[in-house]
Amino acid sequence: MMAMTDTSEHILSSGRRRTRVIRPGSIQPFLAILILPLLGVLYQIYVPNFFEQLGYLELPLLIVVYYSLAWRSQIAALFFGAAVGLMQDALSHHYVGLFGITKTLVGYFAASMSLRFDVDNAAIRFILSFFFFVFHQFFYWIMVRALLGLGMAFEPAQMFIQAGLNALVAIPLFIVLDKLNNRWSPRL
Amino acid sequence: MELLLSRYRNLTVLLLVLFSQLMLLAYQVRSSTQLRTLRVWAVTGVAPFARFLESGRSSVHSFFNDYFILLDVREENRRFKAETNRLKLENNFLRTELATADRARALIEFKGRSPSKTLAARIIATSTSAKTVVLVDRGTSDGVYKGMAVITGDGIIGKVIDSFPLAAQVQLISDSLFGAGVVSQRNRVYGTLKGTGHNRCLVDRIQNEDKVELGEMFYTTGEDRIFPKGLPVGRVVSVQTGPIFKNVEVVPAGLANGLEEILIVLEGQHQEIPVPQTQQDQIQILQPPPAPAATDGRSVPVGTPSNGVLSTDADRLAERYQKKEEQQGAKFGTYGSKPPSFSNLPSAAQTPVQPQATPQAPPPQPQQAKPQQEQP
Repeated sequence: MMAMTDTSEHILSSGRRRTRVIRPGSIQPFLAILILPLLGVLYQIYVPNFFEQLGYLELPLLIVVYYSLAWRSQIAALFFGAAVGLMQDALSHHYVGLFGITKTLVGYFAASMSLRFDVDNAAIRFILSFFFFVFHQFFYWIMVRALLGLGMAFEPAQMFIQAGLNALVAIPLFIVLDKLNNRWSPRL
Repeated sequence: MELLLSRYRNLTVLLLVLFSQLMLLAYQVRSSTQLRTLRVWAVTGVAPFARFLESGRSSVHSFFNDYFILLDVREENRRFKAETNRLKLENNFLRTELATADRARALIEFKGRSPSKTLAARIIATSTSAKTVVLVDRGTSDGVYKGMAVITGDGIIGKVIDSFPLAAQVQLISDSLFGAGVVSQRNRVYGTLKGTGHNRCLVDRIQNEDKVELGEMFYTTGEDRIFPKGLPVGRVVSVQTGPIFKNVEVVPAGLANGLEEILIVLEGQHQEIPVPQTQQDQIQILQPPPAPAATDGRSVPVGTPSNGVLSTDADRLAERYQKKEEQQGAKFGTYGSKPPSFSNLPSAAQTPVQPQATPQAPPPQPQQAKPQQEQP
């Protein structure tokens, strides 16, 4: 059997994590968990009103992915995803639950990934952000089409470009959130 | 069982959360309700933040406009000491201000001109699910309710689909679920306006046999009970024949000049659809020809009417009947008078002809009908 290379060891989560593993509720200030998703949703409903080009940025999703990767707890991540998704649903004009279900799954799978990969790696973060954006958009489209029977355009090319842009934004955003968490949280 | 649940605890919780949300979704679809309480809480919680952001943005924007631009102008004036440059910069600044003022004034003028009772509002946010649904800063506390039409001076832009105490949700005309009854201006072809998710809309349900022209305007019919009749909707930019119905594409008139200031129709009043400009308005019509000249002593043709204008045989016969009536002092078809006898009609030669001996007038200038100004 081929031995694991340094790169693979680095990518897999067996190595020591450089950033802290945040435990929900105990270490991370409660206000940050409330305020950051709210800011993400506010960005989503307000900024595209004046800068339509910035509407591609799905900040609530990136925040869910970040906390799910940081917490490494599937249950906490799925509840967090559900809460953020339901908040988005409440501010949308469709039935409540579409974003909730989608982000619940994103939270759960992102937390599952964090148990296997070194999520401090920028390349891994880029790939995961890209993948979860595509998953989010595709699953949302499936839900709208299959559950509600509503017509919704599906443009793969546009979706992949947006996924790439979101993943690019995710790297500096996650670094900023890392610094925020490192300041607020004592080292475990 | 307990062992199984504890072993797959995470998966079990995931399935429970997903199942509960699916049930929530099914309940809404089945009962056609949308968990209004949750929405009211969410919108009421977010609207003050959005208002705060919007007021902050407006203040910063006006501050930069009013202060820094003026400051730059002054410094530049001091630096160059040239009156011409100062005037040019001032002119540019005033033009910007004027454009803003013009937009606001146009809205106010339209509000005063429109028979409907309207309420001015500002867009403060968009929906999380689609950019074609927006939040405005007026809600039930201002008398805004679900189903009200939303317009600008240029045309309709959407309708209120939900109203909360501090804000209301407006579905724009470009939303794929939007619909409204419309009628074309020239040919009065009725159809249903539908959004496409983009800047253009479709007019559905127009038979292939119906005539729709490029550039034609569509107006609201008022039959949807949301939009008052006679409001501009959009201009046709593409017409294609489909299997049964035409594919008619229109560019919404209301979205042409941005969507910062809008009007919510509180009490709609139907109005007439403006008359379109037709080809008859552009026809050139000459004045009637001058009377025939009789200065050379020659008689005019027999049967020429007394006004000297050549006419048809029917006209000449009618004139003979009229003469007979005048001779007998009776009027045909008048109640209480004796009907005249037309047994001995005067012959055409006996008809007195009094040609007008007018000098040869110069040929009259053609009179061109002034084309009507196109209605908006």
